[in-house]
Amino acid sequence: MIKMLANIGKYFIMLGEIFRRPTKWRLMRNLIFKEIDELIIGSLGIVAFLSFFIGAVVTIQTALNLNNPIIPKYLIGFTARQSIILEFSPTFVSIIMAGRMGSYITSSIGTMRVTEQIDALEVMGINPLNYLVFPKLIASITYPFVIALSMFIGIFGGYIAGSLGGYLAPEEFVKGLQDDFQPFHVIYAFIKTAVFGFILATVPSFYGYYMEGGALEVGKASTKAFVWTSISIIICNYILTQMLLT
Amino acid sequence: MIEVKDLKKSFDDKEVLKGITTTYEAGKTNLIIGQSGSGKTVMLKTLLGVHLPDSGQILFDGRDFATLDPNEKRTLRTEMGMVFQGSALFDSMTVEENIGFPLKMFTNKTNAEIRDRVQEVIDRVELIDANKKMPSEISGGMQKRVAIARAIVNNPKYLFCDEPNSGLDPKTAIVIDELIQEITHEYNITTVINTHDMNSVLQIGEHICFLKDGKLVWEGTSKEIMVTDNEDIVDFVYSSELLREIRRFHSGKK
Repeated sequence: MIKMLANIGKYFIMLGEIFRRPTKWRLMRNLIFKEIDELIIGSLGIVAFLSFFIGAVVTIQTALNLNNPIIPKYLIGFTARQSIILEFSPTFVSIIMAGRMGSYITSSIGTMRVTEQIDALEVMGINPLNYLVFPKLIASITYPFVIALSMFIGIFGGYIAGSLGGYLAPEEFVKGLQDDFQPFHVIYAFIKTAVFGFILATVPSFYGYYMEGGALEVGKASTKAFVWTSISIIICNYILTQMLLT
Repeated sequence: MIEVKDLKKSFDDKEVLKGITTTYEAGKTNLIIGQSGSGKTVMLKTLLGVHLPDSGQILFDGRDFATLDPNEKRTLRTEMGMVFQGSALFDSMTVEENIGFPLKMFTNKTNAEIRDRVQEVIDRVELIDANKKMPSEISGGMQKRVAIARAIVNNPKYLFCDEPNSGLDPKTAIVIDELIQEITHEYNITTVINTHDMNSVLQIGEHICFLKDGKLVWEGTSKEIMVTDNEDIVDFVYSSELLREIRRFHSGKK
């Protein structure tokens, strides 16, 4: 428990350190673009794939459970939309990203620690936290774009599965999508996504930066990073939902 | 020149450096030697400013690192070069990007000027056909050359090397030692090398500090180390039975 509290304190100190002694802008600009490419653009394929099929499955499951004839079919589209926008895209995809982005960040920074590359930066008078973590943090600002894409593709997957599977007519699915649409739900999803993006960039960085030992510990640090990133996302999801939707 | 005055450093309750006083002169290869756990690495890291001393002073041409303001510290750091034990090359960069990195970070040179300077040091350390290669694609000896090139590219006044020839075959190790010594003389750099390799000690030891249990117990040159009667040194230098036999033979005790 004391170790956990010490780690939380260390994490917040690290957050402050990220902004000290900034790296030259002409170098930082390149690092930011590189991280956007690696973390955001590189994630689009897997996010699109998952979103399409999960959207399809959510629609089929809803259709199979709403088999009472007095319940209108367009509610299948309505339920798919709500599930995808409110929870699946922001939260579920972020937990998957904790595995993909998180393990990349922890292992890359952890390997730099093991091979003394971080020491080399320090000796040169460079703030390693600014050099390594700040670009990831800025790249994470574009993370809501990934989630917007996930929402779109998830709903599209639901539309395809619902109409091609014969569960409801395409017009009914679209009617369900438009029914009682509240724009604040999308805003709520993007607020969550921004917080999750911050967690995805910083928690794995923390575990990579402060790891000790050799190659084996890099693997262990990646696992720890995934676990704590997921836990942080789940807790923040609960707090934000309580704050914004009730 | 680096002056070390009564340097002490502890971790928790363990005193690792127990009042070390010495001077490392410019244009000389200064070696720190000693057994594992003698405090060599802590000494080097304290000189580098990675660890702050508990007491004592480290003066870089009269400038005390501990009392400098952040800007002065930053300037002083740009005057230091470091060759790490494992080379510590950035594995996401090519050889020439690694070497040019300190220039990009700390100077306002144009890309063309950086390219020219990088090529100059690449030629100096005799790296052939490696400019565009990644560190993982070159041999250990070449990685050391890249690390040396990166350390000297910004014309440092102080060069620190941590076990620069560890993991290298004896022949390549000698080449790397000689390269460091040549560069030290050529650019009049204050070079401090942490090693326990006796070949290096004999090859390039112009000023040797022997540490034992955190204390400086002997100082001298590579010639003096072979004839000293200091028991700690004799024990360290003649650590193998073969060398002890040779010593006995040469001193006529056999």
